[in-house]
Amino acid sequence: MKPALFDHVAPASIADAVAALAGHPGAMVIAGGQSLLPAMNFRLATPPALIDISRIAELKTLTVTDRAVVVGAMVRHRTVELDPAVARAQPLLAAALAHVAHVPIRNRGTVVGSLCHADASAEMPLLLLLTDGHMVVAGPTGRRTIAAADFFRFHLTTSRAADEIALEAHFPVLPAGAGWAFEEVARRSGDFALASVGVIVERAADGTARKVAIAAGGIASRPIRLTEAENALLGTTLNDETVELAAQAAAAAVTAPGDIHASAPCAASWWRRSSARPSPPHATAPPPPDRDRRRPPPARTAPPPQPPGSDRPTEEDGPDDPDPKEDGPRNIR
Amino acid sequence: MIPTRKKTALATSADPRRSVTLTVNGESVTREVSVRMLLSDFLRHELGLTGTHVGCEHGVCGACTVHVDGHSARSCLSLVVALDGAEVRTIESVASEDGTLHPLQEAFHACHALQCGYCTPGMIMAILDHLESDRPLDLSDEGVRELLSGNLCRCTGYANIIEAVRLAAARMSLTVEA
Repeated sequence: MKPALFDHVAPASIADAVAALAGHPGAMVIAGGQSLLPAMNFRLATPPALIDISRIAELKTLTVTDRAVVVGAMVRHRTVELDPAVARAQPLLAAALAHVAHVPIRNRGTVVGSLCHADASAEMPLLLLLTDGHMVVAGPTGRRTIAAADFFRFHLTTSRAADEIALEAHFPVLPAGAGWAFEEVARRSGDFALASVGVIVERAADGTARKVAIAAGGIASRPIRLTEAENALLGTTLNDETVELAAQAAAAAVTAPGDIHASAPCAASWWRRSSARPSPPHATAPPPPDRDRRRPPPARTAPPPQPPGSDRPTEEDGPDDPDPKEDGPRNIR
Repeated sequence: MIPTRKKTALATSADPRRSVTLTVNGESVTREVSVRMLLSDFLRHELGLTGTHVGCEHGVCGACTVHVDGHSARSCLSLVVALDGAEVRTIESVASEDGTLHPLQEAFHACHALQCGYCTPGMIMAILDHLESDRPLDLSDEGVRELLSGNLCRCTGYANIIEAVRLAAARMSLTVEA
């Protein structure tokens, strides 16, 4: 339970960091280290060198503009979670960050580090995808921007090249008047989500949804946008019927295999219930979030009617009555 | 870590060392350490501060929780070499030098909030981060459980620890969420 041997380089500038990464084949970038160090302690990761970006002052800035929350690569989760300007500009960030591990981990871990780690059930990748955000990375040939839709390739795999360092993440602000919600099902507080979902809805003057974004984590090999569920809500007044249709579309999107915590059908069932909330918790202009508030887990809400053709009972497969099938690979935080 | 799972030969068989200076419980400490040394091992093996306990060594159990630069952190998930210049506070500094317990330690004692005591130093350090914050405390059942959720205790069933948090908050006259 100790890391294997490695070399440690702590550059003071972005240029030096890019050069150090190029000069150490196989090296990995470390920021807060709250995902990488557990993997190294387990020796699941044995990089020959770490490029430690914690001394680079320009990566420590958190900026809120009228367009986006811009999170530098050394900004810790907890800083973003507690920032009042961030809460006003993009309340989904604080809501989702409350689910990220525990406070001591959030005190050290970074938002950009979580994005680059790209666990398929982690909250920050889901949020970048939900908000149509993007990453800025730097490599030997300069800087480039990568849209969230192009960034997450697979579980723990992004389109950042091995010789590139992520500099910042841009989370667009919540559109004025938009409703939003974030829900998550996890076995224990702070665990990786078995399923999580974020929603942003903008309504037209007549009350119909003119723009819908729904993103999900934990149900596929990477965070995904639920296009069919989005389409089921677009142009509607979000009544029970259309929300139920969207929930069915959401459940159909589950492709993750079962594991020790949830069989695949069980996960799909939770996921349906989690998606079919009667209405977004923040249906009008968002109030300042109360970051210690925890919404009741979706499983405690009344289960919605089963979709036609479903043979899964809803009561038997709730979180209190697990249906573990196979011991699939699990992730460590 | 799928990308690195394929065995790569270690590029170095050497064990690089660096000199680091950090403040531990108010005292400046300089040591030459292996770059792979974890803060938990540094505290215990280099400084003899064995109050910080090591449980899981991957950030789950919370036994090794200390404060880094004023806030709780897992010492098993911190490389000492990355903490050059940092301020570290451990359980050894929580009681006064004359042995007077901190109100939180008093509350643990009064409420019988420990049995074997292995998790206690990490519990105390994690809870202190909240008690010393200027944000109002949520002392509802759910709020306290959430506050403790990053620390595992295999003895107590947590009930008395929850009581201890409430007692300490009351004795310290802390602002509580309505």
